[in-house]
Order: sequence, then structure tokens, then C-alpha cells
Amino acid sequence: MPKLKLPAAPSNPLTSPKRPGKEYGPSGALGHAEEAGISAVDWIDERTSLSGGLRWAMFRKVPKGTNWFYTLGSSTMFAFLSQSVTGVFLAFYYDPSATRAYESIQYINNEVFLGEFVHGMHRWGSSVMVILIFLHMGRTFFFGAYKYPRELNWVIGVALLVMTMTMSFSGYLLPFDQRSYWATIVGVNINGTGPLVGPYLSEFLRAGPYFGATTLSRFYAIHMLMVPGAIAALMGFHLYLVAKLGTTAPPWVKAKAPEELREDKVTVNL
Amino acid sequence: MNKQEKEQYLRDYGTLKNQGKPFFPYAVAKDSAMALVTMAVIVAMAIVLGAELGPKADPSSTTYTPRPEWYFFFLFEVLKVIKPPALVPLATIGVPTICLILLFLLPFYDRGAERRPERRPIATTAGIFVVCAMGYLTYLGAAAGPPTQIDIPVPANISSQGPEAVASFEAGSQVVAQSGCAACHQFGENGNSGPGPALTDIGARLPAQAIQRTLLNPSAPMPSFSALSKDSPEQFAQMVSFLAALK
Ligand code: HEM
Repeated sequence: MPKLKLPAAPSNPLTSPKRPGKEYGPSGALGHAEEAGISAVDWIDERTSLSGGLRWAMFRKVPKGTNWFYTLGSSTMFAFLSQSVTGVFLAFYYDPSATRAYESIQYINNEVFLGEFVHGMHRWGSSVMVILIFLHMGRTFFFGAYKYPRELNWVIGVALLVMTMTMSFSGYLLPFDQRSYWATIVGVNINGTGPLVGPYLSEFLRAGPYFGATTLSRFYAIHMLMVPGAIAALMGFHLYLVAKLGTTAPPWVKAKAPEELREDKVTVNL
Repeated sequence: MNKQEKEQYLRDYGTLKNQGKPFFPYAVAKDSAMALVTMAVIVAMAIVLGAELGPKADPSSTTYTPRPEWYFFFLFEVLKVIKPPALVPLATIGVPTICLILLFLLPFYDRGAERRPERRPIATTAGIFVVCAMGYLTYLGAAAGPPTQIDIPVPANISSQGPEAVASFEAGSQVVAQSGCAACHQFGENGNSGPGPALTDIGARLPAQAIQRTLLNPSAPMPSFSALSKDSPEQFAQMVSFLAALK
């Protein structure tokens, strides 16, 4: 019986085909750097498949008519990021004890390089974030963007609003000057008059029946761990839904079928 | 929205989305420009307004002004609109809680298919009303004078008791003014008309004993003055007799 010859093995099965347009491989230092970057990204993507999600989020379409009002949500997020960065900087020096808090802020203001500037960015950034979040909420309200299918995103948004106000409230005590101390006492007392949970809430905030040594560290933990963590998580979910559902078109933009699909324009060839 | 309206919406939205532009780079460019503006505003405010500290917190001090951050003014002013003490808990938490629940549930009771603001007269009017009300309340809170000024003329029955009584009355007026009581109470022409009741004629309504008890054991949200009574009993006594003399 004649034996069939085995097909020859491919000359080098392990090299991948050349990138189109680069027949002779990378040339020069820049070319090699580019090649290294591409293969690093490839290496990560082969193990995570992140590029699909990234492409999904970045190359989705935003509808016709999207205008500047649609930047208010992302600038709220930007203000939050700025608060996070400046907040970490302040946390390097801040000491949440009733005896040292005021002095540590004084130290930031007077001794640390650019300390008062970053402290000021954090203080006024909170006002900016609150203004932006209210403007963003107003935009989604007047555009009817909370309606089907985006109801859940509105509910998450209100939760984000409440937590943003909680951030402002808990941060106000931290400098521990007269204004912040007494305003917070009155604020916590106001919480205490609430129905049902009121008294428990104010006891939780004070860490006991009276304003005491641990009240400040409790406010600090609420301000820099608990609430920002929750905000970051909910913000992620909010943005996921924005990408999934798409942003609304402005309510006055009318949907018009493309010319070639209009009923009166379609001709049928028999 | 019924099923048909939902499908109609999704169809129209699909068309509009197809005619739109990719998020990257078009929307990203706008968002980045806005982020730069946000950054510039924050930096400018930090440079111009700084981050000054007030005097250090002192639980026994009497010269404080319990003022919240400006964006809480509207909440604080809501407290002042509702005066009867029995309704104060309602005002402090009741009204904000109800408003918050209404806000959370908005998509579930406003279910119409219409989205154009001019064709949703109720929603749009309510929205504009809320914006104006919050703006006005914030303005009221900002315009309220510093709560450290009280000028009440010395009553006739005090001046007839001789200069010592007058001096004590005026000292008491000072202590009350410095304690920031006027942030929440009205004294004649001065002070805020809430959340606390007016104290213009408190002496006619409460005996000195009762006033003292309230100062030591106030009902929320008022802070207690027991620290003052321990640290400087003389000032505390002046405070009580001043209030008792307001008739
Ligand atoms: C930390 C706060 C928030 C962040 C970072 C944020 C971020 C965003 C972003 C980036 C978008 C995309 C469209 C746009 O920018 O307008 C968006 C959409 C939306 N947000 Fe927010 N948001 C926040 C708070 C809120 C609040 C307080 C509400 C309402 C109570 C809300 C309700 C909505 C709704 C309904 C949409 C969909 C709008 C549309 O599709 O046109 N968000 N959000």
C-alpha cells in the first residue's frame, strides 16, 4: 500500500503573523516601545477580556441633540474625585482627637507646603459638588430623564444626593473650631427630634448620649471611610446603568426615521 | 406609561441613538472641558477664599454661633416657618423626610409618557416652585443678621429698681447675645423667629425657675447651658434674671 506522506510541519508555528503595514517588524526605538506597549495590553486583555467592556462603554453612541447640560453628571463625579484626592492629602496630617484636631488643621494651614491651598480646595470643592449635584438633578428632572426605563437610576441618584449631604454634615465638625462644633451639636440634636429612629441616630452620631472624646473619631470614620465608600460603589452602579441604558435625548428632539426607510420613499422592485 | 408607550419610546430612542455620535471622543471632549471649568472654579475659590479656622472649639464657651454650611440654610429655615413647639419635631424631621420620600418615589407616581417640560405643567410648575422656595430660603438664611446682637430697652420696672438692677440686666443681655440664642429665638427687633419660640416676653410666660430649668435641660435642638452654670455661675444667673425680666 502506498503510504500517504505526512504534510510538512509548519516552519515556525509559534510566531504570530506580522501586523499589517509593518512587514519588517518594529523599526527604531519608538517602534519597539510601541510594540512593547501593545503586547503588554494584549497580555492583560488575554487574561481579563477588559477591552470588550471598555469598547462597549467608550464607543456606545450618545443620541442626537446631546448638549452641555449632559456634562453636569460627569462634572459632579469630577468634583468627587477632586474631594477624594485633596481629602487623602488632608488625612496625611489630620488627627481626629478632640485635643489635637484643631492643632493638626492649624499645622496644615500654616506649616505644610501648599497646605492651606489644598485645604481650601477641599472646603470649597464641597460647595461646588453640592451645586453640581443639584444642577444635575434639576437637569434630569426637567428633561423627564427619570422616566422609563431609567427609574432605578433616579432612585440611586437620590441616595447619592443624601450621602453627599451626609459628607458635608460629617465633614463640617472636623476642623473643630467654634463654628463647626456648635453647628454640629445643634445638627445632631435636630436629628434626635426625628420620629422613631431619631434618638438612636443622634446617639450613633455622638457615639453615646453626650458629645465626647470618641464623637470626633466617629465623625471622621463616617466622613472618610463609610460614606465615600458607599458613594463610590453607588456611583459605579449609576454609571453602569447610564452606559447600559444610554443617556436620554433632549425631550424636544424628535425621532425621524432615516430618509431611505421612510414609507413614502421606499420603492419596491418587483 | 403603558406597554405600547414603552415600546414606542424604546423605538424612538433607538433611532435617535443610531443617529448620534460615539461617546468617545465627542461626549468625552465636552465632559473634559466641563471638568476643567470645575477644576478652575475650585482652584480659584481656594486661592481667593482660603481655608481660615475660627477659634478652637470650647464646650464651655458662650460666644458661639451655631450656623450650618450655607447649603443647609434651606433646611434650617424650614424649621423657622413652623413655629408651634408641638409641631417642631414635624418640622425638623417630618417635612424633610416626607420631601425625601416624595423625591425617591418620583418615577413611580409620575408615570406619564410625556417628557417635554412645557407639556408636563404639574411637574414643571412643582419643580420651579421647589427651586424658587429653596433659593428663597437659602437667601433668608444668608441674610439673617449675626445672632450676637440684642438691643432691648431696659424695662421701666427694672430701671426703677436702681442702677444695680440696670447693670445686671445689661450684663445678662450681653451673655444672652454672646451665647447665640438669637440664632434661633427672637428678642424684640433682633434675632430669628425660629426654630425656637420668641423670647421677647418670656418672663411673662415663665417664672425664673422654669427658665433656669429649660436652660439646663432644654428640649432638642437647643444646646444645654449646664456647662456655663458650672463654669461661671454668675453669668448664668445674669442670663436667667435677664430672661425673667423680659415682660
Ligand atoms: C454623586 C452624584 C452623581 C454622579 C457622579 C452622577 C453621574 C451621572 C452621569 C455621568 C450621568 C450621565 C448623563 C449626564 O451626565 O447627565 C448621569 C445620568 C443620570 N443621573 Fe446622575 N449622578 C449623580 C447624582 C444624581 C442624582 C442626585 C440624580 C437624581 C436624583 C441623578 C439621576 C440621574 C439620571 C436619572 C440619569 C439619566 C439621565 C439621562 O439618561 O439623561 N444622578 N449621572
